[in-house]
Amino acid sequence: MGTLWRRHVCAVLLAALVLPGAAGAAALKKASFVPLWSPQAQFAGYYVALDKGFYRRHGIDLTILAGGPDVCATDYLRSGRADFALLWLTTALQQRAKGVPLVNVAQIVQRSSMLLVTKKSSGIKAPAEMNGKKVGLWGGDFAIPPRAFFEKYHLKVKEVPQSYTVNLFLRGGVDVASAMWYNEYHTILDSGVDPDELRVFFLQDYGINYPEDGLYTLEATCRRDPQLVSGFVQASLEGWAYAFAHPDEAIDLVMRQMREAGVPANRAQQQWMLARMRDLILPCGGNGPIGRLQPADYATVTRELQRDRIVRSAPGYREFVWRSDASH
Amino acid sequence: MPVTRSIAFKLILVFSVCSTLIFAVTLGYNYYRSRLLLEKGLQESARDVVRSSVNRVETVLASVAKVNEGTALALETGSYREEEIFALLRSTVERNSEVYGACAAFEPNGNPPARPPFAPYFYKNRGRIVYVPEDSYDYLRQDWYQIARELGRQEWTEPYFDVGGGNILMTSCSTPFYSGVDKNRRLRGVVTVDVSLQWLTQLVGSIKVLKTGYAFLLSRNGAILTHPNAAMIMNESIFSLAETNHNPRLREIGRRMIRGEEGFIPYTDLQGVESWMYYAPVPSTGWTLAVVFPKAEFLAEVRSLSITMAAMGLAGILLLTVAVVFIARSITTPLRGLAAATEVIASGDFDAELPPVRTRDEVGMLAQAFFTMRDSLKEYIRQLTETTAAKERIQSELKVATDIQASLLPRTFPAFPNRPEVDIFAVMDPAKEVGGDFYDFFFVDDRHLCFLIADVSDKGVPAALYMMVAKTLLKTEALRGIPPDEILTRVNDLLAPDNENCMFVTVFCAVLDTVSGELTIANAGHNPPLLCTAERGVEFMALPPGFVLVPMADMKYEARSLALRPHDVILLYTDGVTEAKNREAAMFGEERLREAFAGRAGESTTTIVHAIREEVRRFANETPQSDDITVLALRFTGACPLPKKNDA
Repeated sequence: MGTLWRRHVCAVLLAALVLPGAAGAAALKKASFVPLWSPQAQFAGYYVALDKGFYRRHGIDLTILAGGPDVCATDYLRSGRADFALLWLTTALQQRAKGVPLVNVAQIVQRSSMLLVTKKSSGIKAPAEMNGKKVGLWGGDFAIPPRAFFEKYHLKVKEVPQSYTVNLFLRGGVDVASAMWYNEYHTILDSGVDPDELRVFFLQDYGINYPEDGLYTLEATCRRDPQLVSGFVQASLEGWAYAFAHPDEAIDLVMRQMREAGVPANRAQQQWMLARMRDLILPCGGNGPIGRLQPADYATVTRELQRDRIVRSAPGYREFVWRSDASH
Repeated sequence: MPVTRSIAFKLILVFSVCSTLIFAVTLGYNYYRSRLLLEKGLQESARDVVRSSVNRVETVLASVAKVNEGTALALETGSYREEEIFALLRSTVERNSEVYGACAAFEPNGNPPARPPFAPYFYKNRGRIVYVPEDSYDYLRQDWYQIARELGRQEWTEPYFDVGGGNILMTSCSTPFYSGVDKNRRLRGVVTVDVSLQWLTQLVGSIKVLKTGYAFLLSRNGAILTHPNAAMIMNESIFSLAETNHNPRLREIGRRMIRGEEGFIPYTDLQGVESWMYYAPVPSTGWTLAVVFPKAEFLAEVRSLSITMAAMGLAGILLLTVAVVFIARSITTPLRGLAAATEVIASGDFDAELPPVRTRDEVGMLAQAFFTMRDSLKEYIRQLTETTAAKERIQSELKVATDIQASLLPRTFPAFPNRPEVDIFAVMDPAKEVGGDFYDFFFVDDRHLCFLIADVSDKGVPAALYMMVAKTLLKTEALRGIPPDEILTRVNDLLAPDNENCMFVTVFCAVLDTVSGELTIANAGHNPPLLCTAERGVEFMALPPGFVLVPMADMKYEARSLALRPHDVILLYTDGVTEAKNREAAMFGEERLREAFAGRAGESTTTIVHAIREEVRRFANETPQSDDITVLALRFTGACPLPKKNDA
């Protein structure tokens, strides 16, 4: 993966050097971005890009809004409170189907990082054995991949609403819990459960591989100020590249953000998260560009969402993905 | 002075090494035991602190749990209207000082009756009870609701920061309540009470062990609820700390803690300080209270005690060493003086000054013995010098005596060159310087040769003196021309009266008529001579009876005559020959003598005598000679014309 990735980062950095000359003279454009959740290493790239001045270099005076359980990114976009938002592909497609003119300007997380986790003591060894078991599911779009999984294996499970903690699972209130590989899985380990006491089902291993975090904006924004969009995307990707190259610095920054937001923070968890984000963001096997939604993935997701009647219709790839013809 | 070999050095070395060793072992053991005792005591006191704190926490939590259970039971058994539920919750908050808030959350489709989300919440705010209606479905996803609901029993939530109410650390106790029984039993909702953990933070913060020991509280998930380092609270868990610090042991400790175990373990805290930790669970919530105290601190006392003891011991050993030096000096100084004096004495100076003796110990005794020895030696040497001088004088005198005695016996051979009719030869070897044997031969007149052999009893000087007398008397009497028996009788009579020393002499005396060959013999207790004749060979002569000379006066001796033929040989000897002894104490004996004589009877008398002497010496084989040895041989060669008068 190493050499190709490095070459790509070089290209990005080269572009970064050229662009400020064009934008430097003009006044900085104000823009805002809302992440999916309160500060954590899942968003390290954006905090790094802001902190290191990558957005400014691209002529953007960016504000990263506070995310969290009460924040609905789509609403923020639609209402204009945010110019850019981080959304899951499934969310974006649903919203688009509902008429929100969302455009994918970059696909950051290329794969599904969602997994179902169970304690080995539950005796569940295969998907079929989840039948009839209590499974914790998050609300909203986070339920889509696991439900697709149950659909695929024809499982009838007892769905239990899952909170933002894993305590219900830890206490044995559910047999199976939803978890993000970069977050909840590690939280479970961090609560004193050893990996060998757990059995995990990565959804992507079972064909449910929905790309997750992507950068979105409204069609109107793309039309009005493509330079802003392009600058935002470039700066964000540079931020990620820098974060992966300087993980300790990135973690320091994330921890500072978390403390400022009053979110419980520990370094071990954030280190784990950044390392997993690196696995998820860098293309598989080092092939292909960073930050680009692969047409094949898009086709798969739209087909499966329509099949499961989660969306009735889906836009074409070229329509949905900004500068789909451009090669980043 | 070679210091390394001195007694003082050895004493000091042995004493200081041994005492240091003993002391070090004692000190080490003392340290070890004290440490064990202290650790045990510490463990007990830590356990007491932890358990009493746990009890205090538990008491509060248990009372809150009871309150919660009571509310749930009330809602389950009674049929309350909305206002009554409000009143119940309000009074729960009001009456219980530990309770921060109380909520009754109903299942939206609880049965019966079906109802929308409903969760009235009362909490304390600046001394007032505030009511918050909760009518969204949000509570259905809250831990406090879900955990009790799914597990169907009372549960405490993982502590959390209550964002709304002043950002304080809270935990909630939730109890589900139901309607109906058995098959119709349906969950109606969950009653929960919130407890602020501020008092808990204070309580745990107030636990002090030694000076720098501290306590911390972990949640059921290992999250840090209270800790002296505030930055860790609710941010870190014992497991995240283990991961950050790459400390799998800490993770293992954490797992034991959340399993509800109790323990006392060595623990290296995050700053790398070696510590002890005592931890115990808070039963109702599954939390863990732990106290940590640095080893160095609690060992400080043992250490300072040990250092003091070491200093005292060192001083003691130094003192002991000084004492040993003194004792060693008191022993070695006189010893060295004695050694030096001994060297001087050894060189012969018996007047050397001996060191003064002051002590009465062994060294004093030794010095005293040295004094005595020196004086004795001095005296002995003096006496030895005198004795030696005396002995040397006697020796020289004896030498003269030997010469004199030797000169008394006829020693010129051939004895009678003008008298071919006899061939005579004799020797006398005294056992000591002077002997008691003697022989003599002389012509009484032209025709008669007197020859004799004698042996004085005893040896040495007295015998020699006596022999002188006897010899003189015998010769004097013989020269009178009287026969041998008369010679003996007269000499006996002369000697006997003055014989105070009770000495005696054996004598064989013979007179040979050199013309006729007639031999007249008389014997006074002497050994029989050997006679070699042509007709009869060698044989012992038959002798006339006769007692030894001197013991008694008036003894009579007989004479006897026999005729010698030419070339007959007569051999006289004393008992020194026949009684000569070899190493096996066997005697030479008469038979051996006879054979020795017989083998050489044809030879000259000189040869015969020397041969016999040689035979005896060979037999004795270096055995010291014990008696005088005297041999005399005479050959009668034949009659010859009487010498003319002018020949004499």
